[in-house]
Amino acid sequence: MKTYGDIPGTTVFDAEQSRKGYHLNMFCMSLMKAPNRERFKANERAYLDEWPMTEEQKLAVLARDYNGMLVLGGNVYFLAKIFATDGKSFQYAAALMTGMSQEDYARMMLSGGRPYEPCEADKHGKPKEGV
Amino acid sequence: MARVTAGISCSHVPAIGAAMDLGKTKEPYWAPLFAGFDFTKQWIARNTPDVVFLVYNDHATAFSLDFIPTFAIGCAPEFAPADEGWGARPVPVVRGAPELAAHIAENVIQADFDLTIVNKMDVDHGLTVPLSLMFGQPKSWPCLVIPFAVNVVQYPPPSGNRCYQLGKAIRQAIDGFDQDLNVQVWGTGGMSHQLQGPRAGLINKEFDTKFMDGMVRDPEALTRIPREQYLREAGSEGIELVMWLIMRGALEGPVREVHRFYHVPASNTAVGHLILEPAA
Repeated sequence: MKTYGDIPGTTVFDAEQSRKGYHLNMFCMSLMKAPNRERFKANERAYLDEWPMTEEQKLAVLARDYNGMLVLGGNVYFLAKIFATDGKSFQYAAALMTGMSQEDYARMMLSGGRPYEPCEADKHGKPKEGV
Repeated sequence: MARVTAGISCSHVPAIGAAMDLGKTKEPYWAPLFAGFDFTKQWIARNTPDVVFLVYNDHATAFSLDFIPTFAIGCAPEFAPADEGWGARPVPVVRGAPELAAHIAENVIQADFDLTIVNKMDVDHGLTVPLSLMFGQPKSWPCLVIPFAVNVVQYPPPSGNRCYQLGKAIRQAIDGFDQDLNVQVWGTGGMSHQLQGPRAGLINKEFDTKFMDGMVRDPEALTRIPREQYLREAGSEGIELVMWLIMRGALEGPVREVHRFYHVPASNTAVGHLILEPAA
């Protein structure tokens, strides 16, 4: 049983997510090559249809719904190839995922970042998993 | 004989490499970060190693989801800086140390650590940003490098204890290599950061400070931190810190803290940096 499902605002990229997101992430990987980036930009839907991804995954990519892509098996280092193709930075994407404006997010980081707040499981003793 | 003379830890944030490549290091945002490495540049000019054993992680560059090796040792004569989607960083090709790498692979596998051997691989910012931070922007890197990639992308990564024990085995292998070489072991990545989801931007200075203290004084205590505690307290990407423990294992015994630096933020990340030398 997974014991880390309760971490707020966090999708852990584990074996199950990796299996769900294999084609989504491999599509992202293809964007490391410039000719593929061009083809994707010319017709995103047609390019996505070359990949055996679910319709839900394709719609999340088209909408640049990064939180949605994470839930559907995306990993942020792979998704980075999408926002790189869009000419956007890691900080842009991180701000988007938090629902903050990029300015507010950047200000939060400059003032020391998002503070760690223990969730219920953290308060009730140590995590169950052994070393 | 070969000997491990020092251990260095530092973060490997891609934006740091971009700031150097684009000439932004004097800008107000970046200047305080690079100032933390002024001492290091002087120190390493006096203590230039022959070989750096560089522990890092690949970020969906050389390894996609087709192959996910837990521990991979680079045994090639050279490694090209990777095109991560923006074109390759304008940094020198990384020259390997194939004989020493093969010796370490052979000995460490015989000590029950089942490494993946890699004979062709491009290296991404995880490896090149630490080289840039230590050596600046030379025409060629002043030492050979053995890239050692650890899976910290797909959960679960190796435990902190496994990494620490592996570091000890790497140390023994280096000690047994019959060439007079000055070897440094670098552990990179971290410190606290989370790049994904609504909790992105997490920084935990208290965790990071305790971790750096532990690296110096009580690494055994750090080996008992469960994976899940890294996720919870240092962020989903903060779990990269297990790689620091490979470096610490390779130093064994008591160490002297030569330099410490901590800075928030570099983009989304807390940057931590230590130089440690064997105390004896």
